[in-house]
Amino acid sequence: MFDGLKELIFGKLELSDFIHEPIMAGAGIGMLGALFLAMGALTYFKKWKWLWKNWITTLDPKKIGVMYILVSVIMLLRGLADALLLRAQQATNTSELLNSDHFQQIFSAHGSIMIFFVAMGIIFGVFNLIIPSQIGARDVAFPFLNSVSFWLFAAGMILINAPLIVGEFSTAGWLAYPPLSELQYSPGVGVDYWIWSLQIAGIGSLLSGINFFVTILKLRAPGMTLMKMPIFVWSALGSTSLIMFAFPILTATLGMLALDRMLGMHFFTSDMGGNPMLYINLIWAWGHPEVYILVLPAFGIFSEIVATFSGKRLFGYKSMVIALIAITILSFTVWLHHFFTMGAGADVNTFFGIMTMIIAIPTGVKVFNWIFTMYRGRVRFTTPMLWFMGFIVTFTIGGLTGVLMSVPAADFQFHNSLFLVAHFHTMIVGGVLFGAFAGFAYWFPKFTGFTLNERLGKLAFWNWIIGFLVAFIPLYILGFMGATRRLDHYDPSLGWQGLFIVAGVGVAIICVGVGFQVLQIAYSIWKRKENRVGEDPWNGRTLEWATATPPKEYNFAVIPTVTERDEFWERKKKGHQVTPIYTDIWLPKNSGLGAIIGLFALIFGIGVIWHIIWMIILGVLGVIILLIIRLTSDDTEYKVSAEEIAEQELSRSVL
Amino acid sequence: MNEIEEKAVQEKKTLGFWIYLMTDCILFASLFATFAVLRTATAGGPSGADLFDLDFVLAETMILLASSFTTGLAILGVARGFKKQTIFWLGVTFALGATFLALEITEFNHLVAEGNGWDRSAFLSAFFTLVATHGLHITVGLLWLAIMIIRLVRYNFKKTDLNRLALFGLFWHFLDVVWIFVFSIVYLIGGM
Amino acid sequence: MKIPIVVEHRNADARYISYVVGFVLSILTTLAAYFVVVNHLWPMEMRVYIILGIAVLQLIVQSVFFLHIGRGSHWKLVTYLFAILVVLIVVVGTLWIMHNLDYNMMHMSPDQMQQYMLENEGI
Repeated sequence: MFDGLKELIFGKLELSDFIHEPIMAGAGIGMLGALFLAMGALTYFKKWKWLWKNWITTLDPKKIGVMYILVSVIMLLRGLADALLLRAQQATNTSELLNSDHFQQIFSAHGSIMIFFVAMGIIFGVFNLIIPSQIGARDVAFPFLNSVSFWLFAAGMILINAPLIVGEFSTAGWLAYPPLSELQYSPGVGVDYWIWSLQIAGIGSLLSGINFFVTILKLRAPGMTLMKMPIFVWSALGSTSLIMFAFPILTATLGMLALDRMLGMHFFTSDMGGNPMLYINLIWAWGHPEVYILVLPAFGIFSEIVATFSGKRLFGYKSMVIALIAITILSFTVWLHHFFTMGAGADVNTFFGIMTMIIAIPTGVKVFNWIFTMYRGRVRFTTPMLWFMGFIVTFTIGGLTGVLMSVPAADFQFHNSLFLVAHFHTMIVGGVLFGAFAGFAYWFPKFTGFTLNERLGKLAFWNWIIGFLVAFIPLYILGFMGATRRLDHYDPSLGWQGLFIVAGVGVAIICVGVGFQVLQIAYSIWKRKENRVGEDPWNGRTLEWATATPPKEYNFAVIPTVTERDEFWERKKKGHQVTPIYTDIWLPKNSGLGAIIGLFALIFGIGVIWHIIWMIILGVLGVIILLIIRLTSDDTEYKVSAEEIAEQELSRSVL
Repeated sequence: MNEIEEKAVQEKKTLGFWIYLMTDCILFASLFATFAVLRTATAGGPSGADLFDLDFVLAETMILLASSFTTGLAILGVARGFKKQTIFWLGVTFALGATFLALEITEFNHLVAEGNGWDRSAFLSAFFTLVATHGLHITVGLLWLAIMIIRLVRYNFKKTDLNRLALFGLFWHFLDVVWIFVFSIVYLIGGM
Repeated sequence: MKIPIVVEHRNADARYISYVVGFVLSILTTLAAYFVVVNHLWPMEMRVYIILGIAVLQLIVQSVFFLHIGRGSHWKLVTYLFAILVVLIVVVGTLWIMHNLDYNMMHMSPDQMQQYMLENEGI
């Protein structure tokens, strides 16, 4: 009877689920320690109310953007720690560091975290911070939805880290192929953690995609036609289009895997008619657009940076737009190249191989346009430009290896080898991560009023690029020679150990780079009074530089009327002077409902993972009731009067 | 907010909701693709031809179609300015939708009771998931409709509620569009 | 009795007719498809395409008469077309790929295999 009661309250959860082997336990305790430290500091400095008022309940996209970036940075550190362990294991090639099960959990967590919580987090962070002001708007189209999206993201982040404390993580890789991910071969909670973390965060992503897409289409300042938008906004339009039309495939597929595991269905099982290849087909139909979702905004960021630091307008704006649209549409036509070797015939392989080669072309166009932008420009090699140069080098290498693998026959050698691993890391690190670092250095002064220390930034960059090449070129070589991915040890007689050690050294150099980045931030904050800059430190071209530093909640006291591309640049040239006429502005009121919805989503997630029925019911009911409350309320805005705006505008710093 | 601003807000909300419906198309497309692939994977068990009662499904289809029509009539009631007509047709829509759902649940119960549940074969997993996902959307729609009716009665047709009614109309019509394909692909083709 | 709101500029009566036409056409197409299947008209494979064709027809009817495609913001039409494009790519792509994989997956008996190869590959 007590057993029945125990199962009703705790589901599958047992005390033994809290016990982990040393490294994981250490990580879990460390994480909890950091959390308690933060909570202690908040209590000691009496900042809970401030946290609630200014951050948890905010609907200001600039603040939501900061929260996204914060989560991404923390997750980047976790992902890098995972990477360190993986490299260390392969460099030492012993069984004493990580056992196989642990190794598999680590590479699964590493990939899942980096893609869903670092890269996606950065994307949405940058969208939130930059898009509204770049289009001359005050907010996104659906501010409350924006908050919900963030808190669903946060709930997913909690779920993916929870296995360090209770339970275990999936050992099935970042995409959890069946039959391994089915109940029969993964009976524990690992795959369930993976499914629900991604499912919840994924819904947040989908909603955000819709939000920013509508924002771009509907909230542009008067006069800003599509062809006058900053190119970063175009890249966001492409990325959000992909999010909107690809993420539902992920939702459906994860849902079906969950149904297999929870209700005994047979979509992808190896018996009763199930078809594991169907999962692989569907998951990559999402997965390929996903990588373009990640990289297009990075392209956009680089476009802005190259133009600004070359002192020239972007070369070939029109062809850049066409290239973006082409990439967006084409990215739905190449997904089979992720499984050339898994049984399709020559006709299918050929079609997708050719489409893959074709999609490289518009990307090439973009690279040339960036280079032509620099040509005959007055190029300033600031840290953002250095990251751009690093991107050109690494992304080109990665891209070329991609074209190599797009030949199906060749892919039979490279599929699932370390060559593949090196390829996609080159693309994502070289593209997305370097883009994030460049954007961070570029836009940091807009939001803080001081620049990051250039010297430390350059040191960070050089360590990163050298470390990256040292870490991954050996992997290209190893993969070319036949090294399979995801193995925790390789036969020493193959003579590959040296290369693994070199790769390990590379990661260590990257860590030095990360160290410099952390140092850079700390040092720059310490020396911020000496690094004070005004509202337009780089002589920018686009409207976000026309806002105050830091931007007021309403961004623009008067919504600008746009007449040209690079509107801000043109205004500066003409010496545009406006005597502003202020009117009352309506801004969204804060709301804690987004965070609470996230909390109930988290409760639901825990419930389905651990089979705790009451938590499932509570979670679902909570979300539904809160949504109904919000969707039936009409009092969601507050007024900022013209006089208040005039006051705030007067307080803008002049340098 | 003045009228121009209100119109702009309504437009962006309509576009946003429309786009959500388009993303839902992709969700259903994934489930349809799955069903199409797994339709013969019966694991020695019954196929669609063995299980589906096409007359029953035709009745369901007509009921849902009628409810889509009555939704249109309700929204017309708004355009013409007749409150009672609107409430009446919304009520009819609810009754028809609830009937549809009841019929579908009956069908499911019947299948499960005979041992042809979602765990019997891949085909049945695909069938139940696709049809039940549609059914879940219908359920949400009915909940929305009920709240809508209550609010319209209580608050006497506030403008924001009328805007939401238009969105409900889109949602309900969309569900009927999806059902065209459930009817055709799952029951008619899948039952051959 | 009357609701004090702005009546939409498009004639309410025209919209009524639109809904009725849509409703009637939808009923007819539904019955047509039902009729084709129940009476086993046309050979099996043709029947599948006929049903799909009728379904697409009803899709167009309902899109135009109920969902008012082509009216309102032009983004409505653009996103609608793009959604259809992606739906087609995902569904047709999946069917093509999965069918192709089946060839190598030996879900068929040796006899079926032989028959398939004779029919499709001219061997």
